[in-house]
Amino acid sequence: MTLSQDSKIPVTVLTGYLGAGKTTLLNRILSENHGTRYAVIVNEFGEIGIDNDLLVESDEEIFEMNNGCICCTVRGDLIRTVENLMKRKGSFDAIVVETTGVADPAPVAQTFFMDEDVRAKAKLDAVVAVVDCRHVLARLADTSEAEDQIAFADVILLNKTDLVTAEELKAVEARIQAINPYAVLHRSERCAVPLDSVLNRGAFDLDRILSLDPHFLQEAEHSHECGPDCDHDHHDHDHGHDHHHGHGHHHHDEGTHSVKSVSMTAGELDPQVFFRWIGDMTQTQGPNILRLKGIMAFQDDPQRYVVQGVHMIVEGDHQRDWKEGEARVSRLVVIGRELDFDAIQTAFKACEA
Amino acid sequence: MVSVAPLDPGGYVVATTFLGEQPVFAVGDGLVVMLTDAGERRITLHEGGLLAACRSLEGDALITGGDDGTVRRMSADGSHETLAELPRKWIDLLAAGPQGSVALGAGRIAQVRLASGEIRDFSQDRAVGGLAFAPKGLRLAVARYDGATLQFVNAAAQAQELAWKGAHKGVVFSPDGKYLVTCMQENALHGWRLADGQDMRMTGYPGKVKSVSWSAKGRYLATSGANAAILWPFFGKTGPMGQQPLQLGARSDQLVTHVACHPEEEVVAIGYQDGMVLAVRFSDNREVLLRRPGEGEISALAWDQAGFRLAFGTSAGEAGIISLDGSG
Repeated sequence: MTLSQDSKIPVTVLTGYLGAGKTTLLNRILSENHGTRYAVIVNEFGEIGIDNDLLVESDEEIFEMNNGCICCTVRGDLIRTVENLMKRKGSFDAIVVETTGVADPAPVAQTFFMDEDVRAKAKLDAVVAVVDCRHVLARLADTSEAEDQIAFADVILLNKTDLVTAEELKAVEARIQAINPYAVLHRSERCAVPLDSVLNRGAFDLDRILSLDPHFLQEAEHSHECGPDCDHDHHDHDHGHDHHHGHGHHHHDEGTHSVKSVSMTAGELDPQVFFRWIGDMTQTQGPNILRLKGIMAFQDDPQRYVVQGVHMIVEGDHQRDWKEGEARVSRLVVIGRELDFDAIQTAFKACEA
Repeated sequence: MVSVAPLDPGGYVVATTFLGEQPVFAVGDGLVVMLTDAGERRITLHEGGLLAACRSLEGDALITGGDDGTVRRMSADGSHETLAELPRKWIDLLAAGPQGSVALGAGRIAQVRLASGEIRDFSQDRAVGGLAFAPKGLRLAVARYDGATLQFVNAAAQAQELAWKGAHKGVVFSPDGKYLVTCMQENALHGWRLADGQDMRMTGYPGKVKSVSWSAKGRYLATSGANAAILWPFFGKTGPMGQQPLQLGARSDQLVTHVACHPEEEVVAIGYQDGMVLAVRFSDNREVLLRRPGEGEISALAWDQAGFRLAFGTSAGEAGIISLDGSG
């Protein structure tokens, strides 16, 4: 017996360095989103107060499993808090988790896939990273956490844009897109963005993996502007198919940071070959894979098949029928560290039927 | 004959018990529903949610913890008082100890409040997952990350540390005080024989074990987390080591979410994911249907002292009293 997807409580995870503006965004969510009652989980009461009825402070508790695998690491305090919240389920509609500045987002995300109880009751809606445009490049040079937060995000808020020059902003955007080409970028001052651009994203829903918009597969020189009104939902794969080039495109960067990504395309795949390959790859290279997302066209299959993953966890399901005239192209984005992207690309191509 | 008298608790039933002959239901919305001779009483104990509840050892009061940071004590007459207050903490772990003591836990905090009002701190470096008092002496077990810690509340003696990797949650002593058993984040129980620290792994569960109950005289430990109630034998010199557990009330498609052993007989009440409740006899696996499936999973079960009535509650806000009449 499982609860239907709809009865699950949506969870938004806010990441970002101390001072980037997480609490500002949180307060905007709480004060502006009338009608939705939030349960808010914070790890530290910051200088800015949070005005909310249901607010819990919880110490980040990283639970490792006996096998020592980082992919099985979960946030124990989140499991406990979600379990406690379910005892008064009628008193809130959604959960926002604010993580500490140095938090590794992987255990947070994995909690929603690995823990059977949390998984039955709550669903990860999106990981939102708040980035301070002034300091992010320095943070990326200093730490791996900043990079992880960007790599894991579904939505990235480029905050404090008023405090940098246009050139600086461009450099920041280029750098962020090099780490994570599929996140939706929003520029903001004081986190002033339409809230529907960070909430109810369904970024982890298999039937709404829309960030794999065809424009990722365009030439690298193409600079995609994501202003505050850009919403990838609008593309919805219903148009723009002429952008397909039928070849993979690397987002390899030449910088020194270690997180890289690749966006790949292939034709129709042999499902057996594909599942064996993606299973093997995530088992053997899971620790280095931060995120993966994809839409597959299997031979003789009338439906699109979507996959997503965090480290070793891969989930997949049929989404909807391929539309008439829609190009049956398989697409996969992999973000990770120390991965042999050429080999991955070759192997992906080898799954073609 | 089995009869079910339903009642509407209005929310998630966190725990149920009997104060004397009066059934009480602790509800997630912060209140307690008590059935008295004069009718139903609803008493609000917490401003926010009620997260944990247990009965005092003397059986005369219900102790509750809430997300308002308070621990409350409600007597059988409905009067209530605040025992402890930890502002902003969610008190989701409680254990009742001897001499009116109460152990409470929130996050990494573990404390014992003595009847005098004095507080002793047993906080840990990592998450506290469960609290239990030993059957003899004022001794507290704290289940924590990577093991459990045993300490005498009133003595300065050094703590006894029991190590096993992983997150340990619920914890119980065997009634004879020889064993300590924890429920883990993984789908397993862990046990220690306290005399020599011998480890015991009890595995094979498809789900987490969240409910455990000792059978009469402590012969078996009944557990949830599988599609049958799993009962580990604790009689004999080596306890469950090398023994096969009993598997009672097996169903093909539903997990057991709650168990409560009968106070006298070798019978266990088993609550399932779909809200069904069965009573099953150990000796011949004979089953009696006590409640048909409902809206939510069984989240609370308790027998009255004589073992004639069983109170139940569910996660979907259903509750009731099942009366057994003359059946074995």
